[in-house]
Amino acid sequence: MDLIQPTSHIIPDPDKRAGFRAWLPYQSTEPFCEPDAHLRANNLSIAYHDLQVLRNVTLEINRGCITALVGPSGCGKTSFLMSLNRLTDLIPGCQVSGHLQMNELDILAPTTDLLQLRRTVGMIFQKPTVFPFSIRKNLELPLREHGTHDRTLLQSTIENVLQQVGLWHEVKDRLDHPAQALSGGQQQRLCLARALVLTPDVLLLDEPCSALDPISSGIIEDLIASLQGSYTILIVTHNLAQARRIADHVAVFWSLEGVGQLVEHGSAQQIFESPKEELTAAYISGIRG
Amino acid sequence: MISSSSNISPHSKRDDLLSGSVRFLALTAGGLLLLVIAFLFYESWPALHHIGLTRFFSDPDWYPTDNSYRLTSMVWGTIFASTGAVLLASPLAILSALFCHFYAPPLLSRWFRRMVELLAGIPSVVFGFWGLVVLVPMIGHWHPPGPSLLAGILILAFMIMPTIMLVAHTSIAHVPLAYIHSASALGFSRWSMMWHVILPTTKVGIFTGILLGLARALGETMAVLMVCGNVVQTPSRLFDPIRTLTANIALEMGYALGDHRAALFMSGLFLMGLVVLFVSMAEGLRHRNTYVATK
Amino acid sequence: MSRQSNHVQEYCLTVIIWTAATMVSIPFIWLMGDLLWNGWSHLSFNFVFSAPLNAGREGGIGPILISTLLLVGVCMGVAVPMGMGTALFLSEYTRHDHVLGRLIRGSLDVLAGVPSIVFGLFGNALFCQVLGFGFSILSGGLTLACMVLPILIRTVEESFRVISREQRLSAAALGLSKSTTIRTILLPAAIPGLLVGGILGLGRAIAETAALIFTSGYVDRMPESLMDSGRSLAVHIYDLSMNVAGGNPHAYATALVLVSLLFMINLSSSWIASRWTLSNQLPT
Ligand SMILES: Nc1ncnc2c1ncn2[C@@H]1O[C@H](COP(=O)(O)OP(=O)(O)OP(=O)(O)O)[C@@H](O)[C@H]1O
Ligand SMILES: [Mg+2]
Repeated sequence: MDLIQPTSHIIPDPDKRAGFRAWLPYQSTEPFCEPDAHLRANNLSIAYHDLQVLRNVTLEINRGCITALVGPSGCGKTSFLMSLNRLTDLIPGCQVSGHLQMNELDILAPTTDLLQLRRTVGMIFQKPTVFPFSIRKNLELPLREHGTHDRTLLQSTIENVLQQVGLWHEVKDRLDHPAQALSGGQQQRLCLARALVLTPDVLLLDEPCSALDPISSGIIEDLIASLQGSYTILIVTHNLAQARRIADHVAVFWSLEGVGQLVEHGSAQQIFESPKEELTAAYISGIRG
Repeated sequence: MISSSSNISPHSKRDDLLSGSVRFLALTAGGLLLLVIAFLFYESWPALHHIGLTRFFSDPDWYPTDNSYRLTSMVWGTIFASTGAVLLASPLAILSALFCHFYAPPLLSRWFRRMVELLAGIPSVVFGFWGLVVLVPMIGHWHPPGPSLLAGILILAFMIMPTIMLVAHTSIAHVPLAYIHSASALGFSRWSMMWHVILPTTKVGIFTGILLGLARALGETMAVLMVCGNVVQTPSRLFDPIRTLTANIALEMGYALGDHRAALFMSGLFLMGLVVLFVSMAEGLRHRNTYVATK
Repeated sequence: MSRQSNHVQEYCLTVIIWTAATMVSIPFIWLMGDLLWNGWSHLSFNFVFSAPLNAGREGGIGPILISTLLLVGVCMGVAVPMGMGTALFLSEYTRHDHVLGRLIRGSLDVLAGVPSIVFGLFGNALFCQVLGFGFSILSGGLTLACMVLPILIRTVEESFRVISREQRLSAAALGLSKSTTIRTILLPAAIPGLLVGGILGLGRAIAETAALIFTSGYVDRMPESLMDSGRSLAVHIYDLSMNVAGGNPHAYATALVLVSLLFMINLSSSWIASRWTLSNQLPT
C-alpha cells in the first residue's frame, strides 16, 4: 500500500485537531465508504454581490465516499466547493449563508480557524496550479507551513505522496527542477500530491480532469478511485461516464431561473438507473444541460 | 469545536503585524497627495488673498516686481508646447509599437524596444542640453532666433514618445494570443488584424499612455527651460520664443519673495489642477470602458 | 475589399511603419553619438573623481557624484519600503473595489502625474522651510522619494496583480497563512516587477533636476553630511550649460557620465530580471 502513514508528525498535539479530525481514515485496514455524514450542508445559499447563484442546498456527504457533483455550467458547483473550505471568503462580494458542518465543526462560524480548516480540506482546481518553483519546494511549502521542518521526514513524506500519485518514478531525478516544466497531467498529479501531503480528511476536486488529455485524465481518474475510502471526496465533473465509474453518490445541481439548486442526491446507481426527477433523467440521458 | 482564542496559530501574530505596518505605510503614501495640495495652497494663499484670481489673467503683463501678475501668455506657452508634442509623438509612438510587434524581425524588435527604453530613461536635462547645443542652433540657422516653440515641441515630442510607445507596446503584448491567432485563422490581413483586433482591444491602454505623455509634457521643466527662449509672450508662430509656467517657476523661485513667491506656488497649483483633471479624465474613461467590456 | 486594394494598403502601411520607426531611431542615435563624440575626450579618471574648479569649466565632478549617490540613497531608502508596503496593502489587503484602496490608488495616480517642479515647490516648502532641513541632501532626497513613490507602487502592485487568482486560491486552499503566501509566492513572483519598479524609480531620481534646484541646492563642494547642500549630476549639467559660459565641454562629459550611469542601471536590471525568470521557470 502506498498510502501515507498516520499524520501525527504534522501537528504533534492531536487535541488541537479534534474538531477537524475526529476520525483518521488511515487507521482502518480497509478503505471504506460509510453511511455516516462527514459534511452537512443545511440551507446553504451563496450570492455574489446580491446575485444569488445557489439557493437552499441541503446535502449530506458521507465519510470516505466519492460524491460527484454534476450539472450544467454556472449552476454553482464550484461556488459550493469553495464554500466548504471557505475560499469563498477570498472572493470579493461573495456571501455564504446557511449552515455548513464538518464533523462537529461549524465551518461558517466566524471563529473557525481557516488555516486549520483548509489543511483538513484539500482542494485542487480545474487548471493545474503548481507554484513557480521546484517540485520539491511545492510539496515542502505546505508541510513547513504547518510545522514540519525535519529534513528526513520531509523527504520521506514527499516520496510517499509522490508514490501515491504515481509520480515518483517520473520525477524522482528532477525533484529540484521547476514544477512548471512538468506536463499538464503531471502538474495536476503534483497538485493532488500537494493536497495529500497535508493528509486532509476531505478532498475537493473541481473538474480535475477537464483540462487534460484523455490519457492523463484516465490516470487522474484511477488515482481518485484509488483514494476512495481514505478520504471524503467531492468531485465536480462534466463527464457523466466518469461520475458513473468512480462515484458512490451523485448530487445533481441545476440552474432554475438563474439560481443554482440541488435537484437530486442519491447513490450513483440510483441516480443513473432510476432517477426520481425529470431533470435528472433528462440530464443523464444527455437530452439537456 | 475549536474556538479561535484557544487556537491562535503562530502565523496570525505575524499576519497581524504585517497587515498593521502595511496599512500604515499605505495610508502615509495615500495621504501624500493631500499634503502636497495643502502645502501648495498654504504657500499660495498670499497670492490668492492679495492679488486674487482674476488679476492673473487681467493684469497687463508679468512683472512681479512691479506688482503685475499676468500668467496668460505662459499658460498659452505651456498648452501650445505640450499639445504640439503630443500630436507629434502619439502617432510615431503607436506606429513604432506596432512595428515592434508585427513588422520588425525578432532581433531588431528587441533592439528597438531596448533603445526606446533607454530613451525613456534619458534625463530631461540631457534632452534639454542636446536641444540647446544642437537643435536650437539648427533652427536658428533656418529661421532665427532659434530658441522657440518649435524647439520646445520637438524636444518634448522626443521625450514623451518613449512613454507612449512603451505603454502601447505593453498593452499590445497583453492582447491574448488567441485573438491574434483567430484573426489570422480568419484570413485577416496584417492591416485588418491591427485595425480590427489590436487597436480596439488596446485603445484604452494607448490612450492612457497618451495622457501620461501629455502630463509629462505639461510638467516638463528643464528641457523647455533650456530650448524655448523664456520670453514672456503669447507665441504667434512656431519660431517665436515662449516661456512655460514650469520654466517660469524654475527661473524665478531662486529670488522670489512674498507675493511673488506665492504667485509661483499659485502657478504650481494651477499645473497640478490640470494634471488632476487629466488623470481623472483618464480614470473615468478607463472605468467606463471596463464596464462596457465586462457587460 | 478586393485583394488588390488589400495589397496596396498593406504595402503603404508597411512603408509608413518602417518610416516611423526610423524617425524615432534617428534622433536617438544622433543624441547618443553627439554625447559620445563631444563627451568622451573630456572623460578621464581625474574628471570623475576630482573636484570642480572655475565654476565647473575645469576640474571634475567628484563631489557631485557623491552628492548624487547620497540623494538617490535617501530617496530609495525611504521610497522602497513605503512602496512595497503600500503595494502589498493595495493588492493583498483591500478588495479591488474597496473605498480606501480606491482612494489611495487614485491619489497615487494623480501624484504620479504631478510635475517634478511642483514636487520641488512642495519639498522647498515642507522639507526646507517647515521642517527646517534647509537646502540639503536630506530635503532633496525626501522630495525625490515623494516623486518616485507612485511609479514604484504602481509597478510593484501590478506585478502582484498578475499573479493568478488560481495561485492565490491554491495557496489559501493549502492553509498557507497570508504572510507565508506573500513571502513564498507573491514576493518571488513579483521580483522582476519590483526590480523594474525600483529601477524606474532610481532612474527617475538620478535624472531629476527641477525638483532638486530648490531643495538640495547648487553647492558643488563635497557634502559632509546629509544636512549639507549638494549638487546632483543633472543640476550640474543644467548649471554648466545655462549659467557658465564655456561650460559646454564639461557639460557634455557630465551628461555622458549621467547617461552611462542610467544605462548601466537599466542593463543590470534587465539582466537580473531575465536571470531570475530563467532560474525559476523554463523558457517556453
Ligand atoms: N467571482 C464571481 N463574481 C460574480 N459572480 C460569480 C463569480 N464566480 C462565479 N459567479 C457566478 O456564479 C454562478 C455559479 O458559478 P460557478 O463557478 O459556481 O458555477 P459552476 O457550476 O462551477 O460552473 P462550471 O461548470 O462552468 O464550472 C455563475 O453564474 C457565475 O457567473
Ligand atoms: Mg466550476
